[in-house]
Amino acid sequence: MGLLNSVKKIMGVETKPAQVAMEKKAEATKEKKPVTNKIKLGHVHMSGCTGCLVSIADNNLGLIKILDDYADLVYCLTLADVRHIPEMDVALVEGSVCIQDHESVEDIKETRKKSKIVVALGSCACYGNITRFSRGGQHNQPQHESFLPIGDLIDVDVYIPGCPPSPELIRNVAVMAYLLFEGNEDQKALAGKYLKPLMDLAKRGTTGCFCDLMDDVINQGLCMGCGTCAASCPVRAITLEFGKPQGERDLCIKCGSCYGACPRSFFNLDVIPEFESINEIIADALKEGESND
Amino acid sequence: MIEDPYLGKYVTCVSARSTDKEILKKAQDGGIATTLMVYALEEGIIDGTIVAGEGDKPWQPKPEVAMTREDILKARGTRYSISPQISWLKEATRSFGLDKVGITGVCCQMQAVRKAQLYPINMRDVPGKVAFTVGLFCMENFPYKSMQSIVEDHAAQSLGSVKKMEITKGKFWVYTERGNVATVPLKETHKYEQPGCHVCLDYVSNLADISTGSVGSPDGWSTVFIRTKVGNEIWSKAVAAGLFETKPIEEVKPGLDLLRKLAKEKIDKNQKTVEERKTFGVNKGLRNPYA
Repeated sequence: MGLLNSVKKIMGVETKPAQVAMEKKAEATKEKKPVTNKIKLGHVHMSGCTGCLVSIADNNLGLIKILDDYADLVYCLTLADVRHIPEMDVALVEGSVCIQDHESVEDIKETRKKSKIVVALGSCACYGNITRFSRGGQHNQPQHESFLPIGDLIDVDVYIPGCPPSPELIRNVAVMAYLLFEGNEDQKALAGKYLKPLMDLAKRGTTGCFCDLMDDVINQGLCMGCGTCAASCPVRAITLEFGKPQGERDLCIKCGSCYGACPRSFFNLDVIPEFESINEIIADALKEGESND
Repeated sequence: MIEDPYLGKYVTCVSARSTDKEILKKAQDGGIATTLMVYALEEGIIDGTIVAGEGDKPWQPKPEVAMTREDILKARGTRYSISPQISWLKEATRSFGLDKVGITGVCCQMQAVRKAQLYPINMRDVPGKVAFTVGLFCMENFPYKSMQSIVEDHAAQSLGSVKKMEITKGKFWVYTERGNVATVPLKETHKYEQPGCHVCLDYVSNLADISTGSVGSPDGWSTVFIRTKVGNEIWSKAVAAGLFETKPIEEVKPGLDLLRKLAKEKIDKNQKTVEERKTFGVNKGLRNPYA
């Protein structure tokens, strides 16, 4: 498979040209069937808008490639008729949890029980996002007033923040999760390193806001005025005044994107400087026409 | 591929300057950043690039998406103040409708681009549309008011009269349109530095496709690192097209030795700052973004 053969340099294992040629030959004669198992992927819809699932789908043929070679979609009410939450290697959970809705609370608990890795997909699942502003009083469940990010009810392994989350990030996490389950030792190490900051975000907490930039970046003496936060904000609530973030906090929908995108929130020096080879690995994994089945 | 602990990964390093006389007229050094972006635009490698254009106040940079040679040329010259280049990164792929975005900036801005490529958080379309990055060397930066204090008070010059500023040989140099030169010892400028620069562990824009700066090469020339496949391809073509004069960096004074020495000083000093943050308080520390 393209993916399994593509991790070469990341772990400092230099491959000589002669070896590359030999590998290519071996690859050509490889059996048709996938050598490794696909992972089981599920999409769990809590109080979300399905925009996160649309973001998954906006990987276009990349998603088809992932579903061909690396993952089976075992559960997704929007796309398949499996009615109950099955066992999953990776659960992509979007939306927050209404604690006055019994079934929702059961669903999120069941998801944790049935999944090896729980991913909070998108800002509602990570941080509450727009549902932070819910306060009930609307027909025909006026008592449905309290919503919490899933991390307040179950342990979450990985965050994919963003409203909407970027298709590319969801894709990267899916590919890395596959490597984590089915790769060799080097690939597992790479996937672990890649996912670590997204796991750290999950440990950090369940609130997102423009204020993160004040509390954890500017107030901490870390802001260097690059402007990334302003680019990432989906509602243009951030401008830069004399090189520093200015937040229009009544515009902010509390998605937590700006802090996530900020290069002074996490900047993992064991991964990001390897951008060229990691980009190649991901591109190779998704190359069309290399499907083994 | 050379992997230098202080100068980053690179294929080759040369001393170079543009052969475009018009570009050189107002370039800070060898006109590398301007020439590369103009070349990339004319060759269709990019269809626009984020540059530090002219702001509302004298010597205040304003990030802009430049889509013509004229607009790129307007961004020539170093402005020693913060230009939030990355604030336009996503918009360049939206209302500007660009497919191949160029980005210029300093080290931390190159880092921001690479983070957005690998971990795009509300940065849809950005990873695949970053086409070419040119990073400048950067020792530290100043808020606008800092730069104002340095130029107006310490150097005693009117900002409106300044033609060029330069930090070199231990001094902050101010050149005026009418030919005057004033200097400020760098020691006096330290307190004005942007605090966020003190945790920066990158001097020569390690994560750019091509990085360029002044240190290591004579006046009017730049030290250039060609780092990635993208950078290598563009540089080779541009040199073949006669856009640059080049010399092997080994044949140039003061060359890589001085550059590596300054890079080491920056990284060692800032690494120490990063360390000290861990025990900044009593039984408490400050956050470390690299942890």
